[in-house]
Amino acid sequence: MARVLLNLPRSAAKGAVIEIRTLIMHPMESGFRPGTNGTILARDIITRFSCSYNGEQVFQAELSSAIAANPFISFTTVATESGTLSFTWEGDNDFRQTETRDIAVT
Amino acid sequence: MLNRREFAAGALLALTLRPAAATPEDQAAAIRAFTGGAVPREGRVELDIPPLVENGNVVPLKVTVQSPMTAADHCTAIALFNEKNPQPQVATARFGPRAGRAELATHMRLATSQYITAVAAMSDGSFWSTRAEVIVTLAACIES
Repeated sequence: MARVLLNLPRSAAKGAVIEIRTLIMHPMESGFRPGTNGTILARDIITRFSCSYNGEQVFQAELSSAIAANPFISFTTVATESGTLSFTWEGDNDFRQTETRDIAVT
Repeated sequence: MLNRREFAAGALLALTLRPAAATPEDQAAAIRAFTGGAVPREGRVELDIPPLVENGNVVPLKVTVQSPMTAADHCTAIALFNEKNPQPQVATARFGPRAGRAELATHMRLATSQYITAVAAMSDGSFWSTRAEVIVTLAACIES
């Protein structure tokens, strides 16, 4: 499992716009870079990131080789109700990882 | 001493060994593919990227779109395109009214100094864009 850093408030006022910052440890091998023996290393990147709030998708991003290693993505969402935010990264070589965080909305 | 034929062969080899790079035409084609042929208008999009970067491997950037983000009028997508990396696409983010603000921040790679274009798609079907020039002193993608 890749190490994940998630930065979001534990609690928020109802209707407030919260900022969510995510980072996942991943080499994002671009597929254009020669290895030590001169052959091009196969592409191994995260192609899709999505965030759902109590099961409803609120944000989605498609990534390409031009995204830096350990992809950092920051976005916002409206705190509508208490519940769970789930974050999913999907990529080459059947990479798939999901993390969840609870949020209390008052 | 290098004769002319050897020099020509060497120059040809050097040309073919250069990594594949997208061109401004590829970038324009990728933008057309995203907008479905529509030409995006200038404005409403703000692209915050350092004008001079030392290390092209990690370039922080932030895109902000002026949009009320209501159910009737919101930004549906932000797409980023580059001119001279091997591929013109960088990232595409999709939003709904629940995003609150149309904002995307990420870190990208830059193979060389070039223009970066951000295009925003709105729920009314319009497209808006802006572009920024970035000068890179240490390139990404090429060295191992």
